[in-house]
Formats: sequence, structure tokens, C-alpha cells
Amino acid sequence: MAQVYVRAPTKTRSSARFRAPLWIDALVFIAFIGLAYGLVGAASRWARPLTPNGSIDLSPWSLPRYAGLSTMRMAIAYILSLVFSIAYARIAVANRRAERVMIPILDILQSVPILSFLPGVVLALVALFPHSQIGLELAAIVLIFTSQAWNLAFSFHQSLTTIPKELSDAATIYRLNFWQRFTRLELPFGTIPLVWNSMMSWAGGWFFLMAAEQLTLGKQSFQLPGLGSYLQVAANAGNTGALLLGLGTLIVVIVLMDRFVWRPLIAWSDRFKVESTAGAAAPESLVLRELGRSRLINWIGRHVALPLGQRLDRILGQGPARSGAGETAAVPGERQAFRRVAGWLLLGLAGLALLLAIVDALRLFVQVTPGEWGQIGVAAGATLLRAAIALALAVLWTVPVGVAIGFSPKWSQRAQPLVQIFASIPALAIFPALLVFFLKIPGGLNIASVALMLLGTQWYVLFNVIAGTMAIPEDLREAAVVYKLRGWRRWRFLIIPAIFPFLLTGMITATGGAWNASIVSEYVTFGGHTYTTVGLGATIASSAGSGRYALLLAATVTMAAVVVTVNRLFWRRLYRIAEQRYHLD
Amino acid sequence: MAIAAQSSPERAGVPLLEARHVSKTYGAEGSTVLVLKDVDLQIREGEFIALLGPSGSGKSTLLRVLAGLTPASSGEVLSHGAPLRGTNPNVAMVFQSFALLPWLTVVENVELGLLPKGLTPDDRRKRAEQAVELIGLHGFEGAYPREISGGMKQRVGFARALVVEPELLMLDEPFSALDVLVADTLRRELVELWQEHRIPTRAILMVTHNIDEAVRMADRLIVFKADPGTIRAQCAGLPRPDRDSKDAAHNDLVDRIYQVMVNPKADAVQILAGAEALEAVVTPGGHSIPTVPVSHLTGFVHRLDALGGREDLHDLARDLPMEADELLPMVDAANLLHLVELVQGDVVLTSEGRRFAEADIAERKAIFRHQALANVEILQRIVALLEKAPHHRVTEDGLLDALEKKFSPVEARRKLNTAIRWGRYADLFTYDDDRGEFRAVIPPPGAEVAATRP
Repeated sequence: MAQVYVRAPTKTRSSARFRAPLWIDALVFIAFIGLAYGLVGAASRWARPLTPNGSIDLSPWSLPRYAGLSTMRMAIAYILSLVFSIAYARIAVANRRAERVMIPILDILQSVPILSFLPGVVLALVALFPHSQIGLELAAIVLIFTSQAWNLAFSFHQSLTTIPKELSDAATIYRLNFWQRFTRLELPFGTIPLVWNSMMSWAGGWFFLMAAEQLTLGKQSFQLPGLGSYLQVAANAGNTGALLLGLGTLIVVIVLMDRFVWRPLIAWSDRFKVESTAGAAAPESLVLRELGRSRLINWIGRHVALPLGQRLDRILGQGPARSGAGETAAVPGERQAFRRVAGWLLLGLAGLALLLAIVDALRLFVQVTPGEWGQIGVAAGATLLRAAIALALAVLWTVPVGVAIGFSPKWSQRAQPLVQIFASIPALAIFPALLVFFLKIPGGLNIASVALMLLGTQWYVLFNVIAGTMAIPEDLREAAVVYKLRGWRRWRFLIIPAIFPFLLTGMITATGGAWNASIVSEYVTFGGHTYTTVGLGATIASSAGSGRYALLLAATVTMAAVVVTVNRLFWRRLYRIAEQRYHLD
Repeated sequence: MAIAAQSSPERAGVPLLEARHVSKTYGAEGSTVLVLKDVDLQIREGEFIALLGPSGSGKSTLLRVLAGLTPASSGEVLSHGAPLRGTNPNVAMVFQSFALLPWLTVVENVELGLLPKGLTPDDRRKRAEQAVELIGLHGFEGAYPREISGGMKQRVGFARALVVEPELLMLDEPFSALDVLVADTLRRELVELWQEHRIPTRAILMVTHNIDEAVRMADRLIVFKADPGTIRAQCAGLPRPDRDSKDAAHNDLVDRIYQVMVNPKADAVQILAGAEALEAVVTPGGHSIPTVPVSHLTGFVHRLDALGGREDLHDLARDLPMEADELLPMVDAANLLHLVELVQGDVVLTSEGRRFAEADIAERKAIFRHQALANVEILQRIVALLEKAPHHRVTEDGLLDALEKKFSPVEARRKLNTAIRWGRYADLFTYDDDRGEFRAVIPPPGAEVAATRP
């Protein structure tokens, strides 16, 4: 060959591979054992008889156990949502017709406030498993699942539909079959967004876990041993020491997850970045590096994981060649017919199920009196107002602060991990402490409710504002300086239009969170008393508690309807304006 | 030199890949875009074909339709004579922007095409490493795409394509994203691999907008036009071994192609016909009647016979002597009538041609009539129309309109006039100048036995 290339020495990934100190291996081993023990212990606990009013031990020594249980619930729910969302998105992409139904469904599901059906889900599952703890655990897991799955599904779906055409063509031309295409192209391409979305989903998930672990519906009170119930009980008993310890533990868990799970994952997933040149500093993780050097992990990788993976690959790699989404080359006739029939069948079944559910729901609906409907209407208005106020307050402080942080490279680097951690701390954990304070003031529950909404959601807005500010192209900023755009003008012509799409995303997420917060903050049982205020969340919580299921259903559906309507009519329009006018491209 | 190309004997047989009346439309109802219109293309063994044209002329789309990546909206694609369903299994493609998976190393990327072949991982790895060595990237097997330069990335693209030993190699503007020197080197290496038969590929199809590149590498050029994408001209017979950028003939051809591409309305065939470097230029839709008077044709055939019945095209032009512009339509016409044949750059008299040359006037007419009816489409059409027409009379308007769809009005008129002349000579019909009307010949009794006339 004419050309001779000489390879420049690059930093290989396997430097000093097997010279890892022994203590890393020891740590990994201990971690394995600990994990196994924890799983077995948890499984045995599930089989125990149902103890709804299970006692929560407020001593500090039980905290690690409670933290472990809570984390385990989160992990199970997360794995389920991950598998579901990957499968769902992949199916939607493979079948155009299905996609037209599946994606809007996802959209609606994402808009429905999750906590609105928490009471219903808990009651149903407990009724299903009256004699063991499983019903409650499942309820918690289902709840967390619903808070994560739609988000992840959307993310993966978006990845699948934005695969660069040439990569997709290459996979088609070289006749990769479904499995090969999935593992070599689709999954790697979607990994980075999935990792980021998983981080955010976990942050949101903690919030719902706290709500699910300690639930009081009227006379019944359901309790799962975990951090959430610990905090609730501590607040109820007025034990500030325990409360602080509990909060501290939660923060420790979140920080540990950040260090030992998320940062390594982000560093590892950097290899999937679709970039033509080696960019600036890639994210690094000490943990990842050390784990990579561990002998134990390497041994398992080479002798267990790799052969297993290769065998799986070979078996699954024998399918027929497939092409990707959208415009596919002709598929043999019979297979196409089969697919079409199967598609219609599935659609038919789904439609039937939906019809049955609607009929059932209607039966309950007619039991609601017009007076009650009127109450629901007023309540909806009240909660809407509260959510709007919370949102306005959030925007009011996060925009100036966020922009300031975004413009300063020093601060934005520090702020990012901080904001993430803050966003992860469920406001619900602090809520009991807030209650202690606000309930003493007349009309206090209203304020507490708004405060909860604010606390839970302002971080999303802040995060997005920072991201939007950082995304302002350098040359636009310089132009602003050159043309002496200062003060209000700078805001009007540069900053606000630039961050508008990001702000919008943040606000949409925030309102969803606000509605969820309303359910647990407008109707509370605290220190033996029940406090309530006018609002849709209160209606839902109280009707669930008193067993008025018709009202519960009506209120839940109303809340869902309001959120979806506002979403479509208001946010969607704004989003379209944002895309058309303010898209910086 | 412009001659209506015919498939020469060594290229006979079923084409590797063929597009028949392929059209492609993009978009939904309401706003559709016709990207390709009625494209015919045959790819045969041993050919290196370049698809040349401006952007928007649908050449990349045609490539994708032929590869089976996207279905044609109408028309069909035949692979080895059978309709193509799904992706074409005999094709490997090299992409303009390399299309390497960023999370796989060089050797893993090259292996990609081998995955569906059911080899063991070791086998795969070995073959991939051989391919990596073939394209000169030995030592870089473990590198990731972001660590190597553009030229190296495209080499990986080539290795990936070649390792599956494709029958047909398709290149979609493979060198346009590379800088000049790198692209030059890669071009030369590819041509070397192709000519020295170091790769088992049987044909190469390359899309490019670089005229120089196309002329340098391919031995058949297909010039496209845009809006909608159709073929303007097919040029064959580019000599390759002595291609040198300083060669005057090469530069002349590049100039002509440039002219053609710059002016979408120019008569591509006419401009290209004058290029020395070409062996043949074909108009799309094949063999329309060349505007050559019968007397010239007769004289030409005579001269060829006198020269021994076989002569190299270039020598013929020199010996006659004639300008290329004059000779080629003549050879075109003779070829159309199957009086001569093109074999490896030589013009060879067929048996009919020999008889034609040695016949007397009457027999010549008969032979001409026979050949014309068998081979010239427009004459066939006129005769068929006359048979069915009331009173066996047909005006020329319909025929003129049909011709004007493919040619300029002037050219269409000229072709029709030639058809009239040929037809009159061959006693196929008569023509009324004043009315512009064709009339069937009422054969005088016994006139079919024309050979007996003195």
C-alpha cells in the first residue's frame, strides 16, 4: 500500500490493568455479599403477614436498614421501568401504525399526576394481597415505575428516531438482524440520554417513594419500613433529632448513589458519544477507574460475562436481516400480512380493554351528584391557582439566579452537581418539618402546600435555566457586548429568547410536580389532627380515606383531565412558538 | 466519438443489477417531490460506472434504490434478472461521511458486515484483520473512530465494504469529505485494487459530483439531470490505462461534461459526442434515428467494405477522412440498421452489411427496407399507425409531438425528416409535403418481388 500510517501512542484504557491493590477486590467482594444478603432479607420480609400499622423504630441504628429497603424498592422499580421503556420504544419504532397510538398514550400518561392514583393503587393492591406485605410493596414499586417509565420511554424513542441516516443505512446494507442492530446501533446510540434521564428519574422517584411509604387514607394508615415512613413518624412525634438524622441519611444515600453509580455511569457512557473528533476533557470517574482495575471484576467479565454474551449473540444473531424504522425495503409478503394481522389483533384487544374500563368508570361516575361535581370544579380551580403561584414564585427567583450562574463558568461547574443533589432530596422529606412551622399560622396549610410545590419543583426550573444560559452561543454574547446591549435590553433581546425553550421545559416539568405535591399537601394528618384545605388534592386524599370511591374516581379523572388540557392548550402552543421562533440553530 | 452502444458480445448475459423505468417520489399526498423519473440502468460484470450529476439529480437516491435500502415508487429493480425484494444481498456500500459506529474499534467496525454470516468470532476477527491490512491500517485495529483522521476513517469504510466480498461495490461520494491529497491517494489505491483484481468485486457503482474523479476512475459515465432526476447521457468506453491529467483528450472530455452539467438544457449527447476520449455515447431511451441521409450511409458501408470490413474507429476516422462529428452519426445509423457492429472499439461489417455493400440498387433497397423495419422504432411506429388509420393516412403531428418530448423542436423536426427520407427510400410509405401526411404505399401488383426490377 502506498500510505504508511504510524500510530501515535495513545492513552490506552488498560493501563496498569492488573496492578490494582488488593483492597479494591476486597471491597468489591464485600459489596457483593452485602447485596446478596440484603436481597434475601428483603425477599423474606415480603412474605411476612401484612402489618399496615407497622411500628417504625426511631432509633438511629435502624436507619441503615430503612435506607437499604427504600433504595431496594427504587432499584427494582427502576429496572422494571428501564426494561419496559426500551421495549415500548422499540416496538413503537418498528411498527408505524402502533407508533401513532403508543406515543400519544405515553404523552397523556406522562401528564397525569401520579399521586392522584396512589390511593387507588394502594387500596387495590392491598385488597389483592390481604395477607402479606407484598401488596404494599408492589404499590410503592408501581408508583415509582410510573414516575420513571414514561420519561425513559420517550427518551429512548427520541434516540431511536434520531439515529443518523447513514449509520442506519450501514446497518441495513450489511444486513444486521434485529438483535445485532439493537445491540450494536440502537442501544449504544440511546445510552447517553437514557443515563441522564435515569438520573433525573431517580431524583423524581425519591419523592414518590416518600409519599408511598407512609400513606394515611382516612382511618387506615399504610406504612412500609423505610426512610419515608421514618421521617413521617419522626415529624409526627416531634422528634427533631430523629428527623434531622433521617434527613441526613437520605442525603448520604443520594450522595453515595451519585458517586458510586451515576458518575461512573456517565463516565462509562461517554464512549457512546457520536462525535467525530476527540473532544475536550471527557468525564472521569475515580470509581469507574478503580472498578475497572479490580481483578475480581475482570475475572468475572472474562470468564463469565463475555462467553455468555458471545453465546447469546450467536444464538440471537441468526435471525433474518432487518432494516430500521420508517421506510423499509419491501418485506416478503407473508410476513407483512402476518404482522398486519397481529397488529390489528393487538389493537383490537387493547381497544376492548379500554372500552371495558370506560364502561366500568362510567358506572361509578353516575354515582357522583351534581353538587359534588361542583365541589370538584371549585377544588380544581383552587389547586390550579396554587400551582400557578408556586410556578410564578419559582420562575421569579430561579431565572435571575440561574442566568447568573450560567454566565459564570466557575459557578456553573460547581452548581451542576449541587443542583442535582438538591433536586434529588425529596421535598416531601422536609414537608413534615414545614408543617410543624406553618400549621401554627391561620391559613397555614395553604402556604405549606404552595411551599411544598415550590420546593419540589424549583430545581427543575433552575437546572433548565442554567442549561439554557450555558447554551447561548459565545458569538451572540459577544455581539451583545459589542452593540452595548445592557440591562433590560440584554434581557429582552438576548437572554429571554435564548433560554425560552429551556425555561418552558422546566416549567412543564414543574407544573407536573406541583399537581403531585397538591395531593399530599392539601390534606394531612399530623400530630393526631386532620388538616385540610379546599383543593383537588384534598378531594382525592379525603375521598380515598373515607372510601367514597366514586368521588375518588371523579376527582382523579378531573385532575388528569385538567393537567392534560392545560398541557395541550397552553404549554404545547408555547412550545411550538419556542421551537419556531427561539430555536438557536 | 459518438456511437449508439450495443451490448458487445463479452458483456452479453444477464446484468448483475438492473433498473427498469425506476421512478421515485418522496413525500405524502399533497406535497410530493419527484426525485427520479423513468430511469433505466444496467450494471454488468467488469464495469466501473460513475453516476455524475448536480445535487438533487437523484443519483444517491438511485444508488439507494438499487441497494434495496428504499423501494422504487414505480418500475422495478432486477438483481441477476430476478426482482429485488428487500435489501440487495450482493451489495456493500461506502458512505460519504464514513458511517462508522463511534463506540466500536476499527476492527470491530470492519467486522460489522461479517456478523450476519454465521462465522465464529475468531474467523471474523481474522478476516477483519486481513481487510484492515489490505487497506493499509495495520496497527490501528484497536483505535476508535474519533482517534483517527478522515482519510483513515474512509479506509475503514472501504475495509468494511470489502471484507464481505461483495459482488457489487457501491460508493456514495466516498471522497468528497476528504481533503484533496488524501482523496487522490485513496482513489489511486482503489483503482489499483480494482484493476489488479485483488478484490473479488465484479462491478463498482460510484456516485460523484466531481467530474475529474469520474473521468479518471470509471469506464462508463452516466450523466444525470435534476428536477426530476433523469439520465441525460451515458458515455462508455473511457480508456483507463493511459489516463493522465495532462492528457488533452482527458481535459477535453472534462470540459465537455462541465459544459453539459452547467447548462441543463444543452444537448448532452451532441456535446459529448465530440469528445475523443469516449467510445460511445448513448441517449436515454436508446436508439433514436440518427439524422443521416441514406446516400451517405451507403457510401460509408461501401468504404468500410473496401477497407476489408473491419477497422478501428479512430483509424477509420483518419482514413476516410472524416471529422468525428460526421463519422459518428454515420456509424450510429449503420449500427442501428445492424449493417455494422461495434466490437472492442472496431467497426465490423455484419453479414447483412456485406450483402448491402455488394448488392445492386434494387437489392440494396430491399435489404435496407428489411433492416429498417426490423430495427428503427420510429419507422415501425409509422407503419403500424398507417395500417390501422382510416384511409391509411396519418398526419405527422402526433409523431412530432412524441419526438419533441425527448428532443428540442429543431432536433425533432430533423429526425422526422430523416425518418421520412428513409421511409421513402425503403418504400415503406409515401409522404405528402403540403399536407404533412403519411400515406401507406399501395403496392403495385407484383411489386414485392422488387429484386427483379432492373
